[in-house]
Amino acid sequence: MHAELKLDIKSNKVMIIKGLCKSFANNHVLKDFNLELVRGESVVVLGKSGSGKSVLIKCIIGLIKPDKGSIHIFGHNIPDLDHDELDQIRAKVGFLFQSNALYDSMTVRENLEFPLRRHWLEVNQKEVDRMVINALEDVGLAHTIDMMPVELSGGMRKRVALARTLILKPEIILYDEPTTGLDTITSKEIIELMVEIQQKYKTTSLIISHDMNCVRMASDRVVMLIDGKCYASGTVKEITQSVDPKVKLFFE
Amino acid sequence: MIGLTAFIMGLVLTMQLRPSMADYGVEAQLPAIVAIAVIREVGPVITALIFAGKIGSSIGAELGSMKVTEQIDAMEVSGTNPFKYLVATRVLACTLMLPVLVMLGDAVSLYGAYLGVNIHTNTSFTLYWTQVFDNLVFGDVLPAFTKSFFFGFAVGIIGCYKGYNSSKGTEGVGRSANSAVVVSSVIIFVIDLLAVQVTDILGY
Repeated sequence: MHAELKLDIKSNKVMIIKGLCKSFANNHVLKDFNLELVRGESVVVLGKSGSGKSVLIKCIIGLIKPDKGSIHIFGHNIPDLDHDELDQIRAKVGFLFQSNALYDSMTVRENLEFPLRRHWLEVNQKEVDRMVINALEDVGLAHTIDMMPVELSGGMRKRVALARTLILKPEIILYDEPTTGLDTITSKEIIELMVEIQQKYKTTSLIISHDMNCVRMASDRVVMLIDGKCYASGTVKEITQSVDPKVKLFFE
Repeated sequence: MIGLTAFIMGLVLTMQLRPSMADYGVEAQLPAIVAIAVIREVGPVITALIFAGKIGSSIGAELGSMKVTEQIDAMEVSGTNPFKYLVATRVLACTLMLPVLVMLGDAVSLYGAYLGVNIHTNTSFTLYWTQVFDNLVFGDVLPAFTKSFFFGFAVGIIGCYKGYNSSKGTEGVGRSANSAVVVSSVIIFVIDLLAVQVTDILGY
């Protein structure tokens, strides 16, 4: 049994990224990226396609190892952690995948049970059932519990994926392009749901997106990822009123 | 599918061998020769090739599609080691189940051979099986059974490797499935070649 990590959950700064660099061959995706995430805030990282947004979020959750720099979450540097220690952090950090990543051989119930059983092995079936129902009710899809992911629409799949992310009651939720591939109405519904969840569970959100609706509706702060760096940061108003040509290009 | 193929192989092998054996006047040895050929070589190799086509491709495609749809990443984020959960289980299942399928295939193949023998002669079921078992020795069965474990392991590990390392997109999934079958099939023959050398050295 691995030693339990002491997570500094009470700290105001839940995530501190310093000097993050990541390259793939000669493609320098992230170059000295810095970011701080304060408890309860919702930060949208905005950048064009291929700017390294998904690489950033996968470095944060430990799926990609950065070349240089540190990512401190609850006081622990993610690149320094081994697999078991990383799992303890991941139980507190939810991740919503761009493609939803629902297990297509499992029902909605089994999809939601999966992280519960992996992280909290001691939890009994009655408790599991209650938590699954609660998570599905939060996203308004309790009736889909015994359906297969293939039977759900794109928006419903996104909601189920969000329910799976929520089931472990994470302190931080990382959203990787949550509205990609959805129509405008469904996108708005998903963004509203994200905001509702953040307010209900007081989570901290880091949203990777290039959707302006997402920026306007869900962000307390916007970070512009340009040329692999945190190029500009501020409230939606500050960013949209920026005179910097690279920033202006996004809003024109 | 393995049953049908094995049945046809047993029947065809018997019908192909009969004229030559009749020329040498050893037609009575037909059940024994077919049994040795099926148990030592035809059964394990044909079964393994069909297994590679069906299971190897399905493992390659399944893990490949899980990779491109980020399901493997999701598993890792959920606190599961995908290597243990997806790879180890599949490799173990392939390694343990292929020998079982080989035994089943051998039995069906020998039944097909019995029908082949009876096309031109009237051999009783009991006499046929007596001739089969009288001429089979432990040294025929053990190497064939042992190498089928290696065939199963190869199909499982290659299917998982190809799927797990699938490149992005549906084209990558197709390529993984295809490559899993092609590489597994070649490796089956390589293992067979090595197995026959080892068997020869050990005197079986």
